[in-house]
Order: sequence, then structure tokens, then C-alpha cells
Amino acid sequence: MEPLTWTGSIAFLNPLLLIALVACAASILLWILASTILPAEQVTVNPDGSLSQGRGPRALSGMATQYAFMAVVVLALAYLVLGIVMGPKAGIIGAMSQRFMPVWVSLVVLFAASIGFKRNLGLYGKLFDSPVGMIGFGLVMFWVFTGVFGAMDLIVTHDPLSQVSGMKNKVPGTPMRGAEEGDYAWYLLGGDNLARDVFSRMVKGALVVVQIAPLATLFAFMVGITLGLPAGYYGGRLDTFLSFLANLILAFPVILLFYLLVTPEIIATGVPNYMATVLFIFPIIFVGVLLNSRYYTQPKIRNPLLVVVLGVMIWLYLSLISEAGSKVDVLPRTLDLFDIPGGILVVFVSVVFVNAPTVFRIVRGLALDIKTRDYVAAAQTRGEGPWYIMLWEILPNARGPLIVDFCLRIGYTTILLGTLGFFGLGLPPESPDWGSTINEGRKLLSIYLHPALPPAFALLTLVLGLNLLADGLREESLKD
Amino acid sequence: MGLFILRRSGVMLLTALCLTFIVFFLTNLFPNLEKLAKTQGNFRMSDEAVVSWLTNNGYMQPMPVKYGQWLGVLPGWTIEAEDGVTGRCLTGTVTPEVAAEAPRYCGILQGDWGYSTVFKDEVSGIIAVRLGNTGFLMLCVMCLMVPMALIVGVLAGMKEGSPLDRSLSTFSILTTATPEYVSGVIFIAVFTSSAVGLKWFKGTATGAMENPTFENFFLPVLTISLYGMGYIARMTRASMTEVMTAQYIRTARLKGVSFPNIVLKHALRNALIAPFTVIMLQIPWLLNGVVIVETLFNYKGFGWVLVQAAGNNDIELLLAVSVVSVVVVLVTQLISDIGYVYLNPRIRIS
Repeated sequence: MEPLTWTGSIAFLNPLLLIALVACAASILLWILASTILPAEQVTVNPDGSLSQGRGPRALSGMATQYAFMAVVVLALAYLVLGIVMGPKAGIIGAMSQRFMPVWVSLVVLFAASIGFKRNLGLYGKLFDSPVGMIGFGLVMFWVFTGVFGAMDLIVTHDPLSQVSGMKNKVPGTPMRGAEEGDYAWYLLGGDNLARDVFSRMVKGALVVVQIAPLATLFAFMVGITLGLPAGYYGGRLDTFLSFLANLILAFPVILLFYLLVTPEIIATGVPNYMATVLFIFPIIFVGVLLNSRYYTQPKIRNPLLVVVLGVMIWLYLSLISEAGSKVDVLPRTLDLFDIPGGILVVFVSVVFVNAPTVFRIVRGLALDIKTRDYVAAAQTRGEGPWYIMLWEILPNARGPLIVDFCLRIGYTTILLGTLGFFGLGLPPESPDWGSTINEGRKLLSIYLHPALPPAFALLTLVLGLNLLADGLREESLKD
Repeated sequence: MGLFILRRSGVMLLTALCLTFIVFFLTNLFPNLEKLAKTQGNFRMSDEAVVSWLTNNGYMQPMPVKYGQWLGVLPGWTIEAEDGVTGRCLTGTVTPEVAAEAPRYCGILQGDWGYSTVFKDEVSGIIAVRLGNTGFLMLCVMCLMVPMALIVGVLAGMKEGSPLDRSLSTFSILTTATPEYVSGVIFIAVFTSSAVGLKWFKGTATGAMENPTFENFFLPVLTISLYGMGYIARMTRASMTEVMTAQYIRTARLKGVSFPNIVLKHALRNALIAPFTVIMLQIPWLLNGVVIVETLFNYKGFGWVLVQAAGNNDIELLLAVSVVSVVVVLVTQLISDIGYVYLNPRIRIS
């Protein structure tokens, strides 16, 4: 078996891509220079009243940038398409793009469907009007699909935990020693210092992030909203007390907090379990109050609805917090739906705990602003209860900034998870999550680059995607 | 103004007390103490031996009492045994006469920060040295980050939607999306490794503690600055674009002031009020970055001490570290509040 080169038989594209990239960079510089130095193009008024603008160097440099950028995109697509068709013959790039096949298919389907129906999809549909938002959404969904398909063992080439002798620190594209029938023949991105496949670990690591980050952010939002709305709406002592608590947590250096919460000794005392018990009750309160405030005038609907919804949620809550062998073990084994593996719950709790105060401050600020509006006064005059006003009048009107912050916060949570992994806190040491992999890879960084860089770029692109998505959403939600 | 500062200082003191108590509580939970006893005594201690060791060293007192002693508002514990007296304020076992002469209170209020079990040294000395190292790092970071962020933000915010704005905004989004451990790893890989072969800088900053040079100190500084910079630049840009749409800027433009003059003389001063608060509030985040970067580049500063203390459950050192970091955070918050009031004439005069 020959070792793979990066581009294999499609290497003829490399000089073209280089030329396109140089042209792109040069034209962007030119574009910036032209727009700052040259005067604005003259607008002339025609006799019939229409306006026309000359096409001077400014417009030309803008067009050059556009074309150069398009050339880069087309070439990148060519790499992918040729890679999908030719597979390992097109080198590591080709083999990887072929492995990512299910992701490409899902992305194309998702984008085609979303663009086709974008007028009926509200804010989500509007996202497809902004190029920045589309790029961000594409990056995010790439990693989401990678995580999902990786969990179904579709993309990974090898077991992310198994060590193959002779593959230690091997460079990308090394053929696997002693590969049998049915084994994938190469380590696409090389082997790490324990002779595990870097590519498979990166793909599996996506799942850890995609599972924990959005869910933890959602819980943080539930806590922040449930406490922030009354703090902003009622004000007074409640506000002072809750703000003090929030500032208290915010004044804590995050890493110190992690070190204090996520050590085995603290886990043995059950502090994280008790914190989980407190923090995870907020979604139940939130949903309970939300439904009750809406339907309390119609007991016939409210009673069965509340019983069913709260029943399911409390069951989930109990299965979530009760863990065999830990301090909180309330549910009998037979009723326990699922167990969160060891460190994950602790990591989850600490990430929610760190994020909740910031969400609280944002929600409180929004509530303070919105409660002076006329529609709130109208609802008060109608005789609506305070919780109805908070949850059904104020909250929906605060959704724009909250959705934007939600995207940014998932990115921030991803960074936090990486930080935890980087310091080896919480998650098991062999876990393929990106932070731990970067931490392992950095020790030999001056000799072997390949174990540390793939997870670093993966994390970078995911967080960048979330930031761009948030930017696109902000732009589009400001338009109406 | 005086009353405002006084009230804020009161809240600050209360916050500091609460936070140190939380750290104290978490570090003094029984499993942590058990680990401490086993590392200080020996690893095969029985449970009774652990308890008796802890009792003899004053760790089995009620939590609030211990906290009071650490703070220095309660007299330190003393235990009389056959061979003499041991106590919080005494070193080793001494005779009752010496014990009677020793100070009764010895907490951080008296300047006694305790003894580090990891470094086998006085905590105050360790903190002072390491804080000095980190202080220098932070100074360099501030010198690089603040001007860079302000320039990027002002240039981007001058003309909203211009090519310059779009390029610089993309750049600042990219830097906010790159946490220190990613950018640091990429920098080390590109600029220091023998695999790429550039070798412009050194991959560790260990030598920078005695002899900081551009070669060994620039990468850590750049790594911290870049992540913090993006956020400040975006805030500056937002504030600048807001100012540029204000009425007085239009007036200046209509009366024929040149564009550079508008930016420098009319817009800049008002646009820099908001970034000032952001820069101050960014300092606690920098603390995070400092811990990561000092670990990554092996620069033995305050963040490195934090990792060592927390990883080895060095209680007194960890408490000192948290006191210092909490005070840094709260003081910067106070400065940012006062500065905002002082810089903003609308609030200052009313």
C-alpha cells in the first residue's frame, strides 16, 4: 500500500488554487485601498430623471474581488467533487471528502429544501438571504451532521479508542500496518502518540460538542429566563438579591471554578449532583408556569395538559439527576430511563452554572426595557397576571436578541468545553473531545503537528460558524 | 460620587467575603482534607489516623470558625499536648511560654497568608513573585491589544459597510472565534516547530521569566491579545458607527470639515467611552487566557500557580489565588463604573 499524498492525482489543481488565492488576496487589498483613497463615483442625473453611476476603478476592484473569490470557491468545490468521485486516488483530501459523503448529501438536501421554502420559514428562512448567515449555518450544520453520522459509525474509518501497533505518530496518509480485509487502509490524518486514528477521533469529538453545548446552553437559558424575567419585571429587593448572586458567580474566574467543581474529591462529596438537582428544576418551573399562565382560565385544558407535560418532565428530571452510586440516587433502577456517564453530568452542570448568570443579566436588561412598553400596560389593564405578562408579552418580544445570544453562547460553551478538556477536567482522559485531543497533541507539537491541528481547526470552524450565524441572524432580525 | 464609590466598595467587600467563603468551603470539604492528610502524612493512613491528623492540625473545627481564623477575625486554634503546644499561629510544637507570647490572631487581615504545601514556602512570597511575572505579561498584552483593538474598531466603524469595514469585521469575528488554546497551538505549530521549519519564535516562554525577549515572549502575548481584541474591536466599531450617525457629525460634515478631522476631533472622543468599560471588564476574561497561555507556553506566572494549587489541593495557596483574582475582578469592575461616570458628561453633570 502506497502512502497517500495530500492531493494525489488531482494535484494539477494546486497551482490553480494558489493563483486564485493570491488573486483573491491581492484584489481584496486593492478593493480596500480603492475604496479609501479614490473619491466616490460620480452619480449623474440623466435628462429623463434617472440616475446613472460611472464604473470607475472602485467598482472594478469590487468586481475583481467577487470574481477571485468565486474562483476560489469553485476550485474548492472541484476538490470536493473530484474527491467524492475518485476517493483515495485523489489523495487525503479526496479520501476525506469521500468519507464525509453523508454529510455533503444532508447539507445539500437541507440547503435546497430551506432555500426552496424560505418565504414560509420565518426568521430561519430569512437567514438564507444573508450570505454571512448562510456560510455560518453551513459550517455549524457540517459539524452537527458530522457528529450525528459519526455516532452512527458512518464517517469514522477506525475505532477512535483502539491502538494499532506501528502507527504511533505516523504522518497523515500512512497506510495502516497489518490492515485486514474490511479495514480502512490508511490513517487519513495520521496517528497520535498512542497510535490512534486522528481523523476518527476528530469526527467522534464532534459528537461530544454537538451533544453537550446546545443542551447546556438551553438549560442556562431556562435558568436565566426564569430568574431574569421576575428580577427585571418586579425589580426591588428580588432584583437586588438575584443580581448580587449573578455578579457573585460572574466575579469568579471560570477556570478556578472548574478546578473547584470538577475534581474527583468534590464529585465524591456530591456537590455537583446537588447543583444538578437545583439547576435542572428550572426548566420544569419554566414550562409549568408558561402553560399555567396561558390556560389557567380554561381548567379543562390546563389540568390534563399540566399533568401530562409535568409528569413526563419530572420523570426525565429524576432520571437525569439520579445516578447509581452517587449522592443523589432517588429513582429505583427500573424506572431510571438513562444514566449520564460519569464526568459528563459534572461538566454539564458546571457549564450551565457558568453561563446562567450572563443570560440572567441579558434577560433582566431586556425585561427592564420592555416592561415600559404600551402593550405591557395594555395587558396590565386587561387584568392579566404578572407571569402571563412576563412569559407571553415580554419574552416573545425579547426573542430577537435572545436568539442571537443563544448562537453566540453555544460557541462560547464550545470554547468552555474545550477549556475543560484542555486542562483534563471532567471528561475521561481517553475521550475523543477536541479539548482533550488538543491537550494531548500539544506536548509533541514541535515535532508532530498532525495530532493537535485537526481538532484545533475543527473547534475554530465550529465556533466561527456559530459567530457568523449569530451575525447573520442579527442582521436579518434587525431588518424588520 | 463619594457615596456611590462607598456603596460600591461595600458591595465589593461583601462579594469578596462570599466568594472566599465559597472557595474556603469547597477546598475544606472532607474528601479534600482527607487527600491533604494523606499527602502530608502518608498515603496508607487509616481513616482514624486521618481524622486524628486533621484534629491535631485544626481542620476538624466547624467551617465558620475555620473561616474566621483564616480571615483573622477569630483567634487561631491551639492544642495542648504532653510535649508542648501546637497552634495555627505557631510553627511546630513549642513550650506553653512561647505559645503565650505568640500573636493570637493570624489570618490574612494580619498579613499571614499561610504556608503552601506544594511549594513548601510562604504563600505571600509565591504570590508576589508569580503575580509580578503575570503583571508583566498583562502589561505587554494591554500594550498590544488595546491600541490594536481601538485602531481596528475605529477604522471599521468610520464608514459602515465599506470594504475596509467588512474586511476588518471578518478579522475580528475570526479572532473572537479562536480561543487561546487553538490560536496558541496554531502559532506554535507554524512559527516554532521543526516540521514547518520557520522557527521564528520559541515554543516556550520559560526563559522569558528572567530574560524576556521578542523571540520568547511575543507568541504568548499575541495569543492572549488576539482573543481579547476581537471583542473590544467589535464594541469600538459599534460605538463608532453610532457616533458617526449622530447629528453633530452631520453638522460638522455640512459645514465642510474634512473627513479625517471629523473622525479625529469630533467622533473619536465620544466613541471611546463605551470601549473603556469593555476593556476594563475584559480583564477578568484575560485572567482566563493567562491561565491557558501560561500552561501552554510554560510561563510560571499567576495562572500557572492557580493550576498547580488547584491540581494539588493546596488549600492556603488556592485561597490566596482566589482572593487575588476576585479582588482584581472586583476592582476592575469598580474602575470601569467610576470611569464610565467620569467620562460620560451626561451622567457626570446630572
